[in-house]
Amino acid sequence: MVLLSVRDLRVEFATSGGVVTAVDGASFDVGSGETVALLGESGSGKSVTAQAVMGIVPKPAGRVCGGSISYDGRDLLAPGVAKGLRGREIAMVFQDPLSSLNPVFRVGAQIGEMFRRHRGASRREARAAALDLMKRVGIPAASKRLDDYPHQFSGGMRQRVMIAMALALSPRLLIADEPTTALDVTVQAQIMDLLTRLQAEEGMSLVLITHDLGVVAGVADRVILMYAGRVVETGSLREVYEHSGHPYTSGLMASVPAVDGPRDRLVPIQGSPPDLLSLPSGCSFRPRCQYADEQCAEVEPVLRQLPDRPSTHQAACHHPEGVLTDVH
Amino acid sequence: MVAPVAARRRTRAGSARIRFGFAVIAVYVVAAAIGPWLFRYNPVDTRTADRLKPPFTRLSDGSFAIFGTDQVGQDLLAQMLQGARISIAVGLATLLLAGTIGVTIGLAAGYFGGWLDGVLMRLADIQLAFPSILLAIFIAALLGPSVVNVVIVLAVANWVTFARVARGQALATRRREFVDASRTLGAGTWRLVTRCVLPACVAPVLVVATVEIGHVILAEASLSFLGLGTPASTPSWGVTIANGRNYLADAWWISTIPGIALAFLVISLGVLGDALRDRYDPRLRSL
Amino acid sequence: MSTESPLLSVRDLQTSFPMRSPVLRRTVGQIQAVAGVSFDIPAGGTLGLVGESGSGKSTVARTIIGLEKARSGSIVFDGDELTSLPKASMRRVRRQLQMIFQDPYASLNPRATVEQIIAEAWQIHPDVVPRNQHRAEVRDLLERVGLNPDHAERYPHQFSGGQRQRIGIARALALRPKLVICDEAVSALDVSVQAQVLNLLDDLRCDLGLAYLFIAHDLSVVRHISDRVAVMYLGRIVETASQDELFTRPLHPYTQALLSAVPDPKPWDKPAREQIIIGGDVPSPADPPSGCGFRTRCWKAEETCAHDVPELTTRLELHPAACHFATELAGAAR
Repeated sequence: MVLLSVRDLRVEFATSGGVVTAVDGASFDVGSGETVALLGESGSGKSVTAQAVMGIVPKPAGRVCGGSISYDGRDLLAPGVAKGLRGREIAMVFQDPLSSLNPVFRVGAQIGEMFRRHRGASRREARAAALDLMKRVGIPAASKRLDDYPHQFSGGMRQRVMIAMALALSPRLLIADEPTTALDVTVQAQIMDLLTRLQAEEGMSLVLITHDLGVVAGVADRVILMYAGRVVETGSLREVYEHSGHPYTSGLMASVPAVDGPRDRLVPIQGSPPDLLSLPSGCSFRPRCQYADEQCAEVEPVLRQLPDRPSTHQAACHHPEGVLTDVH
Repeated sequence: MVAPVAARRRTRAGSARIRFGFAVIAVYVVAAAIGPWLFRYNPVDTRTADRLKPPFTRLSDGSFAIFGTDQVGQDLLAQMLQGARISIAVGLATLLLAGTIGVTIGLAAGYFGGWLDGVLMRLADIQLAFPSILLAIFIAALLGPSVVNVVIVLAVANWVTFARVARGQALATRRREFVDASRTLGAGTWRLVTRCVLPACVAPVLVVATVEIGHVILAEASLSFLGLGTPASTPSWGVTIANGRNYLADAWWISTIPGIALAFLVISLGVLGDALRDRYDPRLRSL
Repeated sequence: MSTESPLLSVRDLQTSFPMRSPVLRRTVGQIQAVAGVSFDIPAGGTLGLVGESGSGKSTVARTIIGLEKARSGSIVFDGDELTSLPKASMRRVRRQLQMIFQDPYASLNPRATVEQIIAEAWQIHPDVVPRNQHRAEVRDLLERVGLNPDHAERYPHQFSGGQRQRIGIARALALRPKLVICDEAVSALDVSVQAQVLNLLDDLRCDLGLAYLFIAHDLSVVRHISDRVAVMYLGRIVETASQDELFTRPLHPYTQALLSAVPDPKPWDKPAREQIIIGGDVPSPADPPSGCGFRTRCWKAEETCAHDVPELTTRLELHPAACHFATELAGAAR
């Protein structure tokens, strides 16, 4: 069953250099209970997409100017709808837990606040519920740490607190925006482990936004890969990773150095990440692409099924055959 | 391969205010520069017949006094144009002196830190705790009235703002990676301060200077009004306003017109300074 | 191992920062950021220094290059003892020892053009390149690092992150160094650009015979570029080995956990490995645990770990690891 459905989403931002289209016609679905990775590098529009779903696109610079987002049959772009669902149905975890927590309130009170505001719980009930949550997200000596302030927690522990707050009202959709990017590798492993465990326990949908192909590999069912505001490839994770149909995807895979196996020279993608202020005509990836021809300059490719691949695996490329044969 | 820089053509913060401020100040500067040639002013020239004539009066020598005359029959416009020269000159000289002292002290405190920072900034605190106009009066009383002394007095009273801004910039810049990069190339302290830290101070210091020059011109007028600034023979605005004080009942224009001119200049400088600060350095808002 | 003396030889390096009380700003103690680190880098070799935040790896770099003062220990570079070198000689040595910084945005002076940034080195050391050749030499360097030489007059903000990092590399090369310290030099870059810069660093090493001290938290990046790897934890090296050896046969429990935590983009290709997830966080260097620094997170820890600091020594003819149970773990790792 589809829980979240994004269609032709367009988000614009006014910058000092002009108006940029941060998300340009992105469409995707997230099924209930599913873990989806939203992958992309800087400027891909992955975080802005999440902001649009949460209804927190920074105003007045940013503006959702087209498309639709529906959550469980409700129109999230209609006034007030996203606000009503935020926290209860859809929750979000951010990259930087320190700036997302209020530094002047005790952690226990901040978690408990969720119950007090949305459930009308008493102070005592809220405290007990906060303690429960802190234990669930694996904060050691939780009863002692209830009355600590955010700055007394380490980065990993703060992220656990954020996750606890996001889970407080048992949301059906959790969006995690680069939840481990600011953390050390060993702590990253802990947090990813926690997120997968909680996702399984709660049966919620999880959208993992990241730039790191590896982090989501053992975790996500499906991936949605974005480049310059557009979805360029989507499909089951293993399918996309092993049979990349878009030159950007295969380029990313070749760019990551491995921790084992032979130490070959990396094959990087040429050129620089896209400048949203001056995107090329047609396919945005064209200037960095070895398969690019006139068609790519004239016609913007749309997502379509790849030859001889499952129907769920789609890429927005005019020449997927070349990519598929060259890589495999 | 370089990302093309798109034409940045959006109206930027405070353009109107900046244009207004610059226009007004340009008028004052031009008036101060060429006015005294058009309207000759001789401080020892007294014409009792033309005493206390109101604005728009034709005088005995056939000239026309737009702003009227003062208690010794001097043309008020000529006197004000001469005064504008002094006010602007004193303002600029003071800023130059205060800026040099302040930036030097601020850079030293911010860059080297430690006990030097402690000593210099306590000195600044003491300076700030002391009402600057009182200090100015005290020093002026010691040194006696003269244009140079006014500049010294006002510079002593105003260096702290510059020192604080420069120190803040130095603190922020000295640990930046690009400064470390110069260090690893073997750059010495002098080079680091002049090439890396000082350039980072320029914009905020200029912004502060614009805000401060209004204060300085006002302070100069206040000192002169109190008889502690420029000597009576040098007709700064403060002196003119003070001279008219005794005639307020019969000849309001002597004090009022220079007062309005002064107020308008100071307000324009304030508007310009605020607009520049908003555009280039919003962090300085508290100053 | 060659018998020649290494290009850089660090022995028992210690660096500490004063810890000040927040109110009176009095020094109340020392934070031991680097607590006795030793390693060698041969000419043309690359040592990867891996560790998480708080491991002291960046402080090691900053101490070697002279941005921090060593509290004790020795740093011998090309025959000169850097810790006791007079200032004038230090300038001479600096030419051979350069650094590439992490942040491609903060490490370039925003008010200088690319040419000014690169040529600054030659203003400080005028004997390297005469004035009238600055322009030509800048163009050469830009070309070498894969940038358009016609862009020498541009300012840093006109370049993307990857291009800025190339400018930083060009600056580090301006003095024709023998050793370049790369402090998280590719960490801030997007994956697709990171690979370009890694390849560039690889090429420069081959073409110019550079040696690198390559500092990073990303194990796969370190593996890609290093000959030898040293793993740091809480100011100490806990394990060091050749790249091949370290990644196939890690001995120290921390190294094992670190390796296990590296996200693998294709986990289905390999036999299922048991993932080691260690709990907790890196302890604060201001208040390190007694004995072995890792014992608070270690599943092997016993009584002795709290009392004795394990030495970084070779056990059973394997490579050096600072763990009391290294031999046991070596057996388990096979």
